[in-house]
Amino acid sequence: MSPPLVIRGARLVDPASGYDGPGSVLVADGRIEDVARQATAPGAPDGAREIDAAGALVCPGLVDLRAKTGEPGSEPKETLKSALRAAAAGGVTTLAVMPDTDPPVDDPAVVDFILRRARDIGLGRVIPAGAATKGLEGKALAEIGLMHEAGCAFVCDADRPIVDSRVMRRVLAYAGGLDVLVAHRPADPWLTDGAAAHESEFAGRLGLAGSPAAAETIMLERDIALLDLTKGAGARLLSDQLSTAASLAPLARAKEAGLPIQASVSINHLTFNELDIGDYRTFWKLTPPLRGEMDREALVEALASGLIDLVVSAHAPAPAEDKRLPFQEAAPGSIGLETLLPALLTLHHEGRAPLIRLLETVTLAPAKALGREFGRLSRGAPADLIMVDINAPRIIDAAALTSKSKNSAFDGRRLQGEVLLTLAEGRVIHEART
Amino acid sequence: MPSSATDTPATDLEELRRLAQPFPKRHLLSVTDLDPIQATALLDLAEHFVALNRQARKKVDLLKGRTLINIFFEASTRTQSSFELAGKRLGADVVNMSPRTSSITKGETLIDTAVTLNAMQPDILVIRHAASGAASLLSQKVGCSVVNAGDGAHEHPSQALLDALSLRRAFGRLGGLTVAICGDVLHSRVARSNVGLLTMMGARVRLVGPPTLMPPQAARWGVEVSHDLRRGIAGADVVMMLRLQFERMQGALAPSTREYFRLYGLDREKLGAAAPHVRVMHPGPMNRGVEIDSDVADDLEISLIQDQVEMGVAVRMAILASLAARLDNA
Repeated sequence: MSPPLVIRGARLVDPASGYDGPGSVLVADGRIEDVARQATAPGAPDGAREIDAAGALVCPGLVDLRAKTGEPGSEPKETLKSALRAAAAGGVTTLAVMPDTDPPVDDPAVVDFILRRARDIGLGRVIPAGAATKGLEGKALAEIGLMHEAGCAFVCDADRPIVDSRVMRRVLAYAGGLDVLVAHRPADPWLTDGAAAHESEFAGRLGLAGSPAAAETIMLERDIALLDLTKGAGARLLSDQLSTAASLAPLARAKEAGLPIQASVSINHLTFNELDIGDYRTFWKLTPPLRGEMDREALVEALASGLIDLVVSAHAPAPAEDKRLPFQEAAPGSIGLETLLPALLTLHHEGRAPLIRLLETVTLAPAKALGREFGRLSRGAPADLIMVDINAPRIIDAAALTSKSKNSAFDGRRLQGEVLLTLAEGRVIHEART
Repeated sequence: MPSSATDTPATDLEELRRLAQPFPKRHLLSVTDLDPIQATALLDLAEHFVALNRQARKKVDLLKGRTLINIFFEASTRTQSSFELAGKRLGADVVNMSPRTSSITKGETLIDTAVTLNAMQPDILVIRHAASGAASLLSQKVGCSVVNAGDGAHEHPSQALLDALSLRRAFGRLGGLTVAICGDVLHSRVARSNVGLLTMMGARVRLVGPPTLMPPQAARWGVEVSHDLRRGIAGADVVMMLRLQFERMQGALAPSTREYFRLYGLDREKLGAAAPHVRVMHPGPMNRGVEIDSDVADDLEISLIQDQVEMGVAVRMAILASLAARLDNA
């Protein structure tokens, strides 16, 4: 067990208690032993490491519900270890990894493999997402119960929409009966077929096939209707990575009707719009595609208002050989673990949302979606916390990021915010060189 | 004749060398690489090559010692031979490569190919590829000049320039012309390049085709959009037909060939809606009886299709000479 540690003189932000003010934290035995709402207390036990935060932010470690690694199966892209090192450097202490590996996570043995690997690496908590359907094929239920027992946090078919409505209904109902969250990215498979961008005047000029916003809303409306059918069984849905303004009205209606639905948005869709593709720049080829500026604006507002619950990194490593291709042939996705927090802080620096709300979307909100106790700074909670200089200016250099793949859409971007210290269950897993 | 520069066409080396203005950019990837003055200069230069090409001795060594590589990932007889002839008539060494005869089929990526070709020290690469943006990607990885000879549904700038030259010779001007571009605009790089160049040169452009073959929000390109052929070409000076791929008419985007010809195929009866002096264009190869009736296509009184092929070689000579002039200056 790591020695006790006390951080004093911090700006403490804890979305769970709504506190944003001076404070100190004492960590011992992997748990938060004490939290004081003043700069000096609590007193440190003998042998404790004492850190003067000097006004830096201290908040819960980030919980990211959507990251891909290449392990098992595509280790040259990203290993669990390289992803966890990037996560630690980015202040992410809980990482949900997607099931679209090779083999896919549709079997409790693979869940167990990932959890064992993560334990050996010791750089934060990994929560595997299990496949909702066998082989992510959208046809037959995966062993959701056994995977849940083995430690998978929720189920989803990663990027693949579950097209068959009957299968989706059964996934929602069955997982609901086990109190397992279902995440689903709504995308009509036919309207998105062959699309490399958002359907718009811009993509039309570039000669790129696009998918319209309706590709998302059609599937979202279906999912909401199916959730209504299955809510009696305890179904809960996380609508994954909404990307269009048009999705917000159905989402709001579903929430007003009291349906157990939550929604996420990727940091990319809060930061960029379709014009960032520019001259066919493949780092900005994403699924869902980057949309218009009006969409981005609406998503930012929905995040600030709480209509959208949480933010994900959508970390998707792709090696150079998969990105250095003509746009329509290139792999989609951007890495994002190390840039999630500074990119999110942009919305604070621009005055778009209160800091505490922004932090909630990457700490408490995802933890609550999973019904877990991390993501908060309360006595007895796991000591997952980070210390951040929220003003530190940086120019992101993709080549200098920790991930094995360097496909960062934030390459060259000016951001503010540097993670000074990352604690996972009381252990220092990242510390900025001073 | 369009400009005083072409009153007495120059066909000798020194004069052509003097006339060939250095190309404004290292590459020709899109018509947006040109402004109206630069485009006019290219067309003026091409006029001299039209005269040269009509002589028995068609060769002038403006590109002597230069190497031109044609790399066509998509098969094309017309464009490839046009660039090949243009290069050879200017005295360049021309190599033609196509995917079937190179290692590209062995899993080599476009970038690997680019790096390999670049190591052979070519001066100009002419590329055609099925993916939009491929020419731009290639241009970022090589040290030579790149000419986009068609990238997916994006652009085909030399086609737009040769169309502009054909039109300027037929009408004496481009400004003020009403040009209706008809057919499969959605998949057409020819349409995109022509919209860009013609609107830049002051022509009025209409796009005509079924909604399923029209790019989203095309009306925001500074053109008029019509879904009715007769209405779309009403009073037009020029009707430019686009090639339609057969597989797109098997029910996916249009119900059948016969329905397409009935609604959007250009025949003499429908052409009656256009201006009396209308001229008809087609980038080729034509699907006779699908998008255009042979009766119209072969009528030399109204068809500019043969001119387009002739102007193609001259315009490409102008592009290559201009790019080489830039290289000479560097």
